[in-house]
Order: sequence, then C-alpha cells, then structure tokens
Amino acid sequence: MTDTNSYEDVVKTRRDEKFAEFHQTNRGFGNRIQNALHSTPSMVPLIVLLSAVIVFGFVLGSKFFSPFAMTLILQQVQIVGVLAAAQSLVILTAGIDLSVGALAVLCSVIMGQFTFRYGIPPFLAVAAGLAFGTAVGAMNGWLVSRVKLPPFIVTLGMWQIVLAANYLYSANETIRAQDIEEQAPFLQFLGAKFQFGGATFTLGVILMIVLVLVLAYALRSTAWGRHVYAVGDDPEAAGLSGVNVHGTLMSVYMLVGFICGLAGWVMIGRYGSVSPSATTGVIGNIQSITAVVIGGISLFGGRGSILGSFFGALIVGVFELGLRMAGADPQWTYLLIGVLIIGAVTVDQWIRKVTA
Amino acid sequence: MTSEPILKARGLNKRYGKVTALDNCDFDLMPGEILAVIGDNGAGKSTLIKALSGAVIPDSGDISLDGRSVSFASPNDARSHGIETVYQTLAMSPALSIADNMFMGREIRAQGMMGSLFRKLDRKAMEDFSRQKLADLGLMTIQNINQPVETLSGGQRQGVAVARAAAFGSKVIILDEPTAALGVKESRRVLELILDVRARGIPIILISHNMPHVFEVADRIHVHRLGRRLCVVDPKQHTMADAVALMTGAKEPTPEEMAA
Repeated sequence: MTDTNSYEDVVKTRRDEKFAEFHQTNRGFGNRIQNALHSTPSMVPLIVLLSAVIVFGFVLGSKFFSPFAMTLILQQVQIVGVLAAAQSLVILTAGIDLSVGALAVLCSVIMGQFTFRYGIPPFLAVAAGLAFGTAVGAMNGWLVSRVKLPPFIVTLGMWQIVLAANYLYSANETIRAQDIEEQAPFLQFLGAKFQFGGATFTLGVILMIVLVLVLAYALRSTAWGRHVYAVGDDPEAAGLSGVNVHGTLMSVYMLVGFICGLAGWVMIGRYGSVSPSATTGVIGNIQSITAVVIGGISLFGGRGSILGSFFGALIVGVFELGLRMAGADPQWTYLLIGVLIIGAVTVDQWIRKVTA
Repeated sequence: MTSEPILKARGLNKRYGKVTALDNCDFDLMPGEILAVIGDNGAGKSTLIKALSGAVIPDSGDISLDGRSVSFASPNDARSHGIETVYQTLAMSPALSIADNMFMGREIRAQGMMGSLFRKLDRKAMEDFSRQKLADLGLMTIQNINQPVETLSGGQRQGVAVARAAAFGSKVIILDEPTAALGVKESRRVLELILDVRARGIPIILISHNMPHVFEVADRIHVHRLGRRLCVVDPKQHTMADAVALMTGAKEPTPEEMAA
C-alpha cells in the first residue's frame, strides 16, 4: 500500500564507488602543519621551549647554556611543575582548580605541624598530609560532580577556605629549616641533591618528571585516561556511551588533591622550612594555570596533553632565569608570559579549525 | 501473536515536574522484527527510548527482556544486557579517535602484565576491530582509524555510531533518527544496514520522522501519542497518510488497530 515516489531508486543499486574518502591532496604547507599540531598538541610548547633555550643560549652563551643553569631551571619550576600536572588533569575535564596552591601549602603545614606539634613520625605525617590533600580533592570533586556546582566557584571558595585554615591552624608560625634538618630530615627528603656531571638534580625534580611521565602514560594508554578526555569533551555523550562520569570526575579531583599534597612535600624539600605564608598559596593557582595554557591544553576541556603543561612550566622557568641572567627588569618576564598566554590560545583556536 | 516479545514494557510512567513524558506507556518488540516508533514532537518517543536504553529511569512500570524482568540503572546496564542505542546526538567524543569512540566504556586491555598491572589498552586489537566493522558496514572507507571524530562529516559520524551499535548489540538495537542527518545515498546505506542486522536475527527499534523510510523497512509501526502507545499499525495495510493522521490526532484508531 505504500505509494512511495521512487526518487531513491537510483541509489538503491550500489555502484562500485568510494564513499567519503579522506582526500589527502590539495594540502598547503600551513594546512599540513595545522594537522600535525592537531594530532600532537604538545608540539607547539616544545618548539617554543627549544627556541627560547636556543635564543637565550646564543645571547648569554655558556653562562646560560650549561648543565648547571639547565638543571637550575628544573629546580626552580619543580613546585609549579607538579601543580601544573594536577591542574592539567582538572582542565582536561573542562574544570579548573583555583585551590591547588593553597592546598599544597596547607598540606606542607600539616606535614610539619603533625611532626613538631604532635610528635608523629615524619613518615606518617607526610602520609597524613597526602591523605588530607586527597580528602579536600574529594570534597571539590563531590561538589562539582554531585551538587553540580561550577568548578570555578567551588575551588574559588575552597581556595579561601584552605588558605584561611592554613593560617588559623599554623598560627602563622614557620618551622625553621635547621629544626627540620635536625629532628625530621625525612620531611626534606625531596630536597636531596645529587650531582651528575655539572648538573644538579633533586629528588623533587625527579618526582616531577616521573609524575608527568606516569600521568602522560595513564592519559594516553589506559581506559581511565580516555574517559578523562571524553568527560571533558562532552560529559553527556560520555555518559551515554558508557563512561562513569561521576567516578571519573571524583578520581580526577582526588588525584589532584593527592598531587597537591606531593607539591607540599616538594615545597619542604625546596625551601627547607615549612612556611604557611609561602607565596605558592596565593599565586600557585595562577602559575599552574599559566603553565597549562601555555602548554596548549584547552580550557574548554578534552584537548591537549600533559607533556605540553610540563613544557609550559619550563618555558616560564627559562624566561625567568634567562631574563634575570641578562639583567632585565623582572617585569619583562611577566610581560612576555602574558604575550605567550594570548599566543598559545590563538594557536589553540587555529588548530581547532582543522578539517579533513 | 505467536511468540513472546523479546523486549516488553508495561505501564511506564515518567514525569518531569509538571510535564508527563510517559503516561502508563506499553511497548512490545517481537524477536527478529523492525519496529518503527513514530510520533509528533514532544509525544515522548525519546523518553520511551531512553527508558528502554537505561538513560532514563522510569518512575514506575516494568521492563522485561526475554521474559525476565530487568531494571536499568545506567546505559551500561542496558548494554551489558545486549541493548545498544544510537542516540540522535550520536553520543561521541569529537576530539577522540574513531577507535576510541567505538570502544568507549568497554576498552580492551592488553594481554599479560602490561594489561593487568599497568592497565595498558590493546590499541591494535581495538583498531583492527573498528576497521573491520566499518568495512563490514560499507558506509565509508576509512583510511585512518585514529582520525578524531570531529574531522568526519555528519554522515560519517552517523556511520561510526551505527557501526558501534551493530558491532556490540546482541539482543536489541535502538536507532534514534539514524537517517536525519544523512544525504540520500548515505541514508540508503543505513537502511541496508538495518535490513542486514535484522537478517542476522537481531530486532531493531527505529525512531524516525521519515515516513518513506519507515514504511520501507518496518514490520510494524508503533504510533506514540501524548506519552503512550496509541496503536500499532501494519505498514502493509495502511498508508503514510493514515499513519500521520493517527500520530497527529486527526484520526482515531479503529478497535482492531488498538488491538494490533
């Protein structure tokens, strides 16, 4: 009884033809670069990093281009590098965490105060600091995932809460480096240095590098990592295609809290002392977001790689040390970093327009 | 009716605040058939489909699969029972590759230590499987299975979504407007695929506004109106005009249509 007009008959017999092939021809040079960057998003910051090192190396000579200076940069960026690794995870899920720096400081204070105020063995105090960081991360995650509050608001509030709790709990007392060295050297464990030729590494630097590599592996090659990207890309689609969105978000925020705890431990190693008024508490969040953005991770989530953030942190470190060695006003560093941020986002927008 | 329905729902209700999306709705899918679901916008088709695929949990009512009562708390629940759905939005992550999307939520882990301890994915197995399924589908020739989905055209994305459902659906496949975004030629491939899947013995629920497509492939047509099943009609005994009249309320169903 169907009285269909037979307009579709011509396509009912399948002719031998190819459908929807991806033509690789007619590609300009710019287009090919665009595609390459689309598939490897960490290439842009890597190129910027290498160029910056080469330019400073030319201008400053062996003073800058030496194993000592190169590893000094690593030591200077270790705290921001660890925080940027954490920030990358949140930003990949299309969130943001403004509380990372403050949380790192509070975790370091807990490690110090638990040892010195309550006489808990340093090993357990460090574990308590890491556990506390994870718990605060879980709170952030729960508010974002279950109560459905915007991550910016949740972590803006948490930043203030954690920072205030930090001053209240510590009574704004610094634990001096020599006290820690004498009574609880384990707290400074990540500050342990070792020489390698002219290069100086600390365990904190090694921890940063291992952390970035482990996270890069997990994000690229495990189901969990794919889920993090899918949730950041489109949480609804991810849920419909079988991803446990709540579980993924919780795991990310808890892991971020844990990494902030690690950053707190790295801070003790780096500074020797435990100081509740460390600047990381106030600017750590902005520093880590800067590294992530320069590293090419999209603030809209789902795009970018954690290696990029690491390169982003190193770029900032190279600029800071290079300009300082060149005797420039430190404001030039901030000016150039501002330019880099805008440039990075511009490149990100351009890459997204890629079409096959 | 000679056989029992493979997927059956009785008295489903779902309310969103003051809006009743499902009003004591019944549903039957017979083994090996293509059942089309038609209805006006806002009739509650999507909610019905989501209830059957686990994306919406009905306030009350029973769903049974193969005669056994089931309740789906999530899309993954429904999937583990062999019900696969292609949503209208396709539910794909644009920045991830075709292979990643095919296996989202059911990734294959590598053999041995790398898989069990380090949770490494077996990319090659997933890529080969995806390539094979897309080739079976004949909807497109994919050169690079690692291409992000966002670089595909609308029709190609639809093809990937349908391939994903066809590859994993063992009991029921639900297609929500599978040809809405496609050109004439690509629609044709999807319709052929639907007939292919039925030939493999898997029943299909097809939601579509395209009457010629519905009348061409469907065995029975479920007419949805005002949150419930109005009637089920046989496309061989009704015209498209009848179906449209029923679903818009211009015509009341006759008693035997109600019984069908």
